[in-house]
Amino acid sequence: MNKVLRYGLQAFNYALFMAVVWYFSTSPTYHQLEDDQAVITLSFTHATKLSEECRRLTQEELLKLPLNMRAPMDCPRERSPLTFELYLDDKILTSSVVEPLGFHRDQGVNLFQRMVVKAGEYSLRIWLNDDINVDKPTYQYEQKITLKPEQQLLIDFDAATGGFFTK
Amino acid sequence: MNIINPLKYAYLAMEAWFNLAFGSEWNPLYNMGRLAFFFFWIVFISGLYLFIFFDTSLTGAYASVEYITHEQWYIAGIMRSLHRYASDAAVVTIILHMFREFALGRYRGFRWFSWVTGVPALWLVITLGITGYWLVWDELAIYVAMLSSQLIDALPLISGSMSRNFVGEQLSDRFFSLMAFLHFSGQPLFLIFALWLHVKRLSLVKVTAPRGLAIGSFIGLLVLSIISPAVSHGPADASQVTAALELDWFYLNVYPLLGYFTAGQTWLITLGTTLFLMALPWLPAKKTGPAAVVHLEQCNGCEQCAEDCPYDAITVQARTDGAKFEHEVTVNADMCAACGICVGSCPASNPFRQKNEQLVTGIDMPQMPINEIRNTLDKTIADLKGNNKIIVLGCDNSLDYSQFETDSIKVVGLFCIGMMPATLVEYALANGVDGVFVTGCRTGDCYFRYGNIWMDKRFAGTRQPVLRRRAKRSRIKVSRAAITDGTRFQKELIAFQSHIEKLNGDEELAHE
Repeated sequence: MNKVLRYGLQAFNYALFMAVVWYFSTSPTYHQLEDDQAVITLSFTHATKLSEECRRLTQEELLKLPLNMRAPMDCPRERSPLTFELYLDDKILTSSVVEPLGFHRDQGVNLFQRMVVKAGEYSLRIWLNDDINVDKPTYQYEQKITLKPEQQLLIDFDAATGGFFTK
Repeated sequence: MNIINPLKYAYLAMEAWFNLAFGSEWNPLYNMGRLAFFFFWIVFISGLYLFIFFDTSLTGAYASVEYITHEQWYIAGIMRSLHRYASDAAVVTIILHMFREFALGRYRGFRWFSWVTGVPALWLVITLGITGYWLVWDELAIYVAMLSSQLIDALPLISGSMSRNFVGEQLSDRFFSLMAFLHFSGQPLFLIFALWLHVKRLSLVKVTAPRGLAIGSFIGLLVLSIISPAVSHGPADASQVTAALELDWFYLNVYPLLGYFTAGQTWLITLGTTLFLMALPWLPAKKTGPAAVVHLEQCNGCEQCAEDCPYDAITVQARTDGAKFEHEVTVNADMCAACGICVGSCPASNPFRQKNEQLVTGIDMPQMPINEIRNTLDKTIADLKGNNKIIVLGCDNSLDYSQFETDSIKVVGLFCIGMMPATLVEYALANGVDGVFVTGCRTGDCYFRYGNIWMDKRFAGTRQPVLRRRAKRSRIKVSRAAITDGTRFQKELIAFQSHIEKLNGDEELAHE
């Protein structure tokens, strides 16, 4: 084959290869949100209440135990599941019952949820129950929020400072 | 026709196109693995330079990358672009390399090990790229970090939530330094190990790209880096979620799946795809023939077979039979690909030896011993009719040569053309054949890697055992063909027969 044509074909193939590399290194543009959407992220870790209170063992129960295991109190390790519901303008956005982690379900609950919503003003309401022995919400939170497009609103929780807060 | 055949035809047609432009030595499709290594070298060297200016802290990373990109654009900026585009090019070449092996059916049988170790190596490359994008700490980085964490959180590995690090202001320099360590040291070490494992099954491995191809590819990358330099998104901001992202689809293609599937489902898809790819060599399995066997009484320990074996299946050891030679060879049956190249390497495979008895060579294939090859050749020569008798010596992995047989053209097939002792050609000519047409897989594309190359060197007299000088080279023609080259091959064969006819005529005239 003619040398010039051969080099020309080589240049064409290199250009084609580089065009593929260049295009897919940034394109097509990926839209994780529409232009008028925002994200609410609900993220917290929380150690829920123990599912059962400590109980003093009776004398008969103690006698049945080996000598080295005769602790007077029986404190089950299992924690309560965490139940929560999140509302925007009285419409439920998410709800769940989350079991504690660990083989004995004795660790905290990790929660991480991202929800895509339209930007705008909302009335945010959220409640949770972290005690299986209580029939009503143990924490509640209400706030007016304004979400701008592409904003991420973080809803966090800290029992020590009173419960939910937003960032 | 199974699913691979159309792919094979398409791929071979593409190879032929590239052969036109690049020739067989520089054909990029024959050198995809080597090109990937070359791109890794560019990534490594450019990465070293970028590391000088990169600030491995959460607050300083983005600013340092901006400095690299805009302030020192003429060196560091170009280095950054080379780093990016060479990484992308490496993924393209790896995928094409995989596709080639699949299309040509070179992933089953004895090749299973290279295939199975190659698939996770691709994932290692991709995770290395992911941590690279993470380090820029821009809007894309926080997207990558957030979704990577969601994927990790879905695994039952850690009890805490990694994702929480990327909302609010939880992230620390320490975590960022860990990612930098992974990208600079941890992952590259794993990748080097994976690549070493990937080629462990082979000998005479070439990991440097042919010079012309390396120069052309580097110029291409350099031009691309100057025309369209790699740039960052805006700085990372945990209170924002960027709607539109310019993803690098070579590395970040898994993340959009999280927009449609849960993290657990995404793991199932990616791991399922990976395991499926890794299981391909057994869907269905391909049996490799019996391994080569050594006949010590004929082996003088010259080691040529060990040097020629493309799969490192032959080792040299001290003599065990008390013969006067220092060494002998032994075959590792698990490594043997049953290509027969060692038979062609053995000087004892000379068919002129032991003419009236069974020919036994130093190393032989039990399913097609050299004695059987000589007998077949004898019978085939006896079947030839006419004045211009041609024997085609070809390998079974290229074209089906039997379709070109006529009364005066007959074929003797071998496992690989490297299996052919060079003296077999002389033997055919000495026993009544007018011309020998030697063929095999396309140049640069030997099914068993080195068969073509060793045969060329034996014919050129640069590798033992050589084709002797007195062999009538005017009556020998070497032509390679793939399954798609039938028409060209037939033309060349007919032209060769005409050439032989003319030679015969000329010789008759000279005798008269």
